[in-house]
Amino acid sequence: MSALASERLSTAADAFTERRRGGGGGDTWTIRGARILGGEVRDLFIRDGVFVDEEVGGAQVVDADGLIALPGLVDLHTHLREPGREDAETVATGSRAAAAGGFTAVHAMANTDPVADTAGVVEQVWRLGREAGYCDVQPVGAVTVGIAGERLAELGAMADSAARVRVFSDDGHCVSDAALMRRALEYVKAFGGVVAQHAQEPRLTEGAQMNEGEVSSALGLRGWPAVAEEAIIARDVLLAAHTGSRLHICHLSTAGSVELVRWAKSKGYPVTAEVTPHHLLLTDDLVRGYDPVYKVNPPLRTQADVEAVRAGLADGTIDVVATDHAPHPVEAKDCEWAVAAMGMLGLETALSVVQHTMVETGLLDWAGVADRMSVRAAAIGSLDGHGRPLEPGEPANLVLLDPSASRTIEPAEMHSRSRNTPFAGLKLPGAVRATFLRGTATVLEGKVIDR
Amino acid sequence: MKRHLLSTADLSADDATLILDTAAELARIADRPIKKLPTLRGRTVVNLFYEDSTRTRISFETAAKRLSADVINFSAKGSSVSKGESLKDTALTLEAMGADAVVVRHWASGGAYRLAHAGWIRSAVVNAGDGTHEHPTQALLDAYTLRSRLGSLEGRRIGIVGDVLHSRVARSNVRLLSTLGAEVTLVAPPTLMPFAVEGWPCSYSYDLDPVLPKLDAVMMLRVQRERMDQAYFPTEREYSRRYGLHAQRMAALPQHAVVMHPGPMNRGLEISAEVADSARSTITEQVANGVSVRMAVLYLLLGGSEPAIGTENEGGAT
Amino acid sequence: MTDGTETTVSPAAPASAAQAAMRAVLDASAVSRALTRIAHEILERTQGADDAVLLGIPTRGAHLATRLGGQIAAVEGLELPIGTLDVTMYRDDLRLRPARAIKRTEIPSGGVDGKLVVLVDDVLFSGRTIRAALDALGDIGRPRAVQLAVLVDRGHRELPIRADYVGKNLPTAQRETVQVRLAETDGQDAVLLGVKGAGAR
Repeated sequence: MSALASERLSTAADAFTERRRGGGGGDTWTIRGARILGGEVRDLFIRDGVFVDEEVGGAQVVDADGLIALPGLVDLHTHLREPGREDAETVATGSRAAAAGGFTAVHAMANTDPVADTAGVVEQVWRLGREAGYCDVQPVGAVTVGIAGERLAELGAMADSAARVRVFSDDGHCVSDAALMRRALEYVKAFGGVVAQHAQEPRLTEGAQMNEGEVSSALGLRGWPAVAEEAIIARDVLLAAHTGSRLHICHLSTAGSVELVRWAKSKGYPVTAEVTPHHLLLTDDLVRGYDPVYKVNPPLRTQADVEAVRAGLADGTIDVVATDHAPHPVEAKDCEWAVAAMGMLGLETALSVVQHTMVETGLLDWAGVADRMSVRAAAIGSLDGHGRPLEPGEPANLVLLDPSASRTIEPAEMHSRSRNTPFAGLKLPGAVRATFLRGTATVLEGKVIDR
Repeated sequence: MKRHLLSTADLSADDATLILDTAAELARIADRPIKKLPTLRGRTVVNLFYEDSTRTRISFETAAKRLSADVINFSAKGSSVSKGESLKDTALTLEAMGADAVVVRHWASGGAYRLAHAGWIRSAVVNAGDGTHEHPTQALLDAYTLRSRLGSLEGRRIGIVGDVLHSRVARSNVRLLSTLGAEVTLVAPPTLMPFAVEGWPCSYSYDLDPVLPKLDAVMMLRVQRERMDQAYFPTEREYSRRYGLHAQRMAALPQHAVVMHPGPMNRGLEISAEVADSARSTITEQVANGVSVRMAVLYLLLGGSEPAIGTENEGGAT
Repeated sequence: MTDGTETTVSPAAPASAAQAAMRAVLDASAVSRALTRIAHEILERTQGADDAVLLGIPTRGAHLATRLGGQIAAVEGLELPIGTLDVTMYRDDLRLRPARAIKRTEIPSGGVDGKLVVLVDDVLFSGRTIRAALDALGDIGRPRAVQLAVLVDRGHRELPIRADYVGKNLPTAQRETVQVRLAETDGQDAVLLGVKGAGAR
């Protein structure tokens, strides 16, 4: 563990343990009989925020018979809306929803109001996350000032701030100017940063409402063609190679995009990619009812695209599942399609959707889920302490899930402040039984532990 | 339980024929001294127009009044809508006022569908044009006009020319005409042809002249000059030269073929003045037929305990 | 007052076994005689029918009007204007049943203003159809007088309406149903009486 990271770890840990002492039964735990990464059945022992190799006397016991133990999930792409859109979500409600979903760390995207393009705003978000205490909130810094796509934001200041930003993204908008994208990629090398691109050529998607295809043609909705995503990815993987800097592709959604990333990786280019849970399951056919709960950017695509991204996630071309959790207030979705906001909730359903689309179909085993939903995300975000093996000495960031449970998704029961889940009414497998953040239980017996 | 007319996709051949036959009967009252029937007395029809359209609104208003219904006109300009009231709140207001039917024209594709299915209202919804999606009563009056000029539509060859990509009239006509057994050919420059048009129940061509001699009717669509600024075609002159219906092209049509246009026309762009005013043109008949067709639709949706046509109102409050 | 012997006539197109339970109260020749008598009565009571217009209520009333016109032409050599008057849009029971198709209304070219309109229908029952016909007629013009000719009057009037010319008076119970069959629509002429539910119209 780097010096920088362990310093961060102990400051954060102090804050948490300070808050939590006395609630949830203390800092010692025995997890009895869990299937580690879906494999061997073992006990886990936790003391002072780390795994230890011996049971601690007087520890609280969690009966994990039949439960799968995974490293605490890490989301590379979440919108917590604070500051500015607290009517939809706050850092507190969003990180609470994250804990309920099995996450111990989330990266909070920068398209807040004001935009997270200065040290001041990212530190504010970081502090709000610490105070809430449900999971680590790692702010993402904007690439350009105001996400306007014109001038670089003070990336260095954000990197040096208490929030220690390493992931930079104008998500919501594409860094479409090739020269600016090149400069951003070059600049972040100085502090080991990564630029996360929202790939959407603006000129090909003006006024776009949904995927361009048979359905958009029949419905009379302006199309968002796959090429608008692929053209930017094609350009940016070449820029990543040219600059020798890390590029991460946000919410990759088309078969063509998967092929481009596969090619880039085969050439050894420093490229990583994420896919959302909704793009693993839902298609543009759902738009036929004009229900704006299915309106999202990038849009839902075709069945062929769904199968391609699943295959890409299975073979590792796509590195992580990232939720792109995008809460919206009711009035932003209870209206005509054209005026509705784009975005879907994701934190509380991600693990179930991955189980349904990847594990139950045999495309990925639980070790693979751990890799795609925790290990790699932590690596891409340079987030030490997360995505670690469940071994003595490692921080006790852990999620226990019951794979045999199933639940019908009910919007009114979500922990998020918003209700825009596209999975409403669907029966999905799996339920989070417990989440531990550095040895503190944030979820126990399926319920969030509030301080 | 109310039902709606949202899309020509909801009409079977029997439904469509019933509407056209009913319209034919209702057309006769236009010749009477008293142009009124008592059938919808006591019913309230609301015209909810989010887009300006004097012609269509008046057509629906006349249709409703000829059936003795009460008509309330609600247009977007200068109303609560222009002050930011949502579609939902407007709908709830209409429901509270007891509207039996809402005729809605909306600039957003799917606007009529949302109004019908979001659970805000119980009234029957008639789509008077939603964005670039559908305009079912226009297609019905076009089919009616064609039928009255050509007889049965089975096997008839109809050309639709112009900005198909942005045209709700084209979408509705393609569906309805193919349901009634006609063969439709779309003609447009590639930039104005819809994506995935290969899957539509019609053929298509980028070249107008070879298509004309085979047609029984040609329908010219309005082309917006603003499309030129968005690079859909380079100049009006080029568009008109390649796709405009001028006298020379009209002469290439078979003797019996008719020329249609849903209006409003850009004289000189997609259609020349000479053609628009010729005996082959059905443009003014289309307007008259619109009233009869809309009377038929309102009667068949509202005139009984249950409608004779239309889709289910799954989302309706009961 | 049944007319002649009761014969069981199998209807031209029996829709169900239940329809065989209908019995004929008028056979083809009885229908024909009744129509001939009505034609003569019209000529007599209107003193030559020179300003008369026959309007049949579709479907069967229209065919009967055509036949009456033919009879009158045969007897007097007078070609009366014949038309049809569909009353669907004027019915008072529209909201009780699904919206139904409208049939043809064809007013002869001379119009109805100042004329003697003779409405023709097959069965007179509650009188509501004729009430609707009077309303429809009122929106078309102003006849100098309106008379009514029906093939069968089965009683049970719900409105103060009466027929001027009746082919057959047929007292019935409410639960019974009367069906007229005509060669033009059903292959042969007959008037059938049965119990409601047995192929009721």
